[in-house]
Amino acid sequence: MNLFRFKPMQFFAIVIALLFVASCTPDSKKEQQSDDIVTVDSLELNEQIIKDVKTVKAVFYSLPSPLETAMILKQAGAEYNPELLNSIDNTSKYLTNKKMAINLGVYTTDLSYASLFDQTQTTINYMNASKKMAEGLGILNAIDESIVERLEANVNNRDVIMDIISETILNSSSFFEENDRQALSTIVLVGGWIEGLYIATNLLDENANIQNSELVNRIIDQKLTLETVIKLLNENKDNEDVADVLVNINELRKIYNKIDISTSKIVPVTDKETNVTTLKSKTDVTMSPKTYKQLKEKVKVIRTNYTL
Amino acid sequence: MKKVYQLLIIIAVFAFIPIASQAQCKSFAKKICKLELAPYIHDGNYNAAILTEGEDAELYKTFYAGQNYRIYICSSESLPGIEFQVLDVKRNVLYDNRNNNGSKIWDFNLESSQQLIVSLRVKNSEEENEELISGCVAIMFGIKENSEE
Repeated sequence: MNLFRFKPMQFFAIVIALLFVASCTPDSKKEQQSDDIVTVDSLELNEQIIKDVKTVKAVFYSLPSPLETAMILKQAGAEYNPELLNSIDNTSKYLTNKKMAINLGVYTTDLSYASLFDQTQTTINYMNASKKMAEGLGILNAIDESIVERLEANVNNRDVIMDIISETILNSSSFFEENDRQALSTIVLVGGWIEGLYIATNLLDENANIQNSELVNRIIDQKLTLETVIKLLNENKDNEDVADVLVNINELRKIYNKIDISTSKIVPVTDKETNVTTLKSKTDVTMSPKTYKQLKEKVKVIRTNYTL
Repeated sequence: MKKVYQLLIIIAVFAFIPIASQAQCKSFAKKICKLELAPYIHDGNYNAAILTEGEDAELYKTFYAGQNYRIYICSSESLPGIEFQVLDVKRNVLYDNRNNNGSKIWDFNLESSQQLIVSLRVKNSEEENEELISGCVAIMFGIKENSEE
């Protein structure tokens, strides 16, 4: 077929039509995923909730971002331990999309953790490691040279540093969404989430009292997030890399299922001066030291597998 | 035949509008919505979609004890308005912006960690338009360290 036989108008129309057909594919995939969202019931939701979900136009399942994970750790009394970070020398080992996505999450959590403890040089080093992972995944402009330069220019301003980290996470997550690469986006978030769990479980020494520790409480709270993790992974389990990650997370779930959490009714109380509401409730948790040990060991095995 | 080509172009141009809108939605979330979260820091997660008047969306997220959160429902000016609620997993209403002058911002903290549902609906336009209005809606989360630290 000789393209020059077409008049410009005809040629333009055919090109546009072909692009249109190509552009329809991800949309129909999204529609399929949307159907999946309402039929998979791995979250512990009652039937009424599932019915309600069926009627809504868009459903989001949100995991804690690396920045939020680091803030949760610090708020719970975590100390800074550089030995727990994934070495930046490992970046050259990560050659597959799966490894790069997982370690983009891992390094972003590490740099968020370091930044909250004012470890500015480490933050810059880990931003560079994250940049390498993002470039490997083809995330254009998520972390460019100007971001590293802004970090270097604001080493004494934690607010600006945290804003820069937030911006890089947003650049990555929106890039994946726009380019219909939700599977990789989920792997990045899971990588960051596992890194947070690894840091938290290793900050406690062997003989720590697990009954009265805020850090242990936050580790236990991940049982709630775990269901969202599984939901997100299930949505993308046709992807081989996601299916692999799902196997690891289901192993972790078996241990989390040994932990009982019960919560009282939530009562919102608003401070009229500050207009801030406190959601008052009490939670009872039952976890044996043996279960905690198993959890810590499983997290270590998964994280080692991801970062080697 | 010329008319067929013209029709193809028109259909294709309309088909590209949602793609362009999605890119605009990202830019809207980054450049406009993020600013409204201050002094809270945006968590970095991107939860945005193009919604039409009358449509709704839900988001499921675990919120952690001891953290200070701001939820901000950011929507295009073209949309009529947003109603939003925060529910627990049993769908008990914890916050409803219809009882708070339609505020799109809610600041809160928690005594114990909870999975919550953010449920929103784009209001129907009061004016009678032939075409339904669509626009970007972003669910933004801000987090803040405790000031005593």
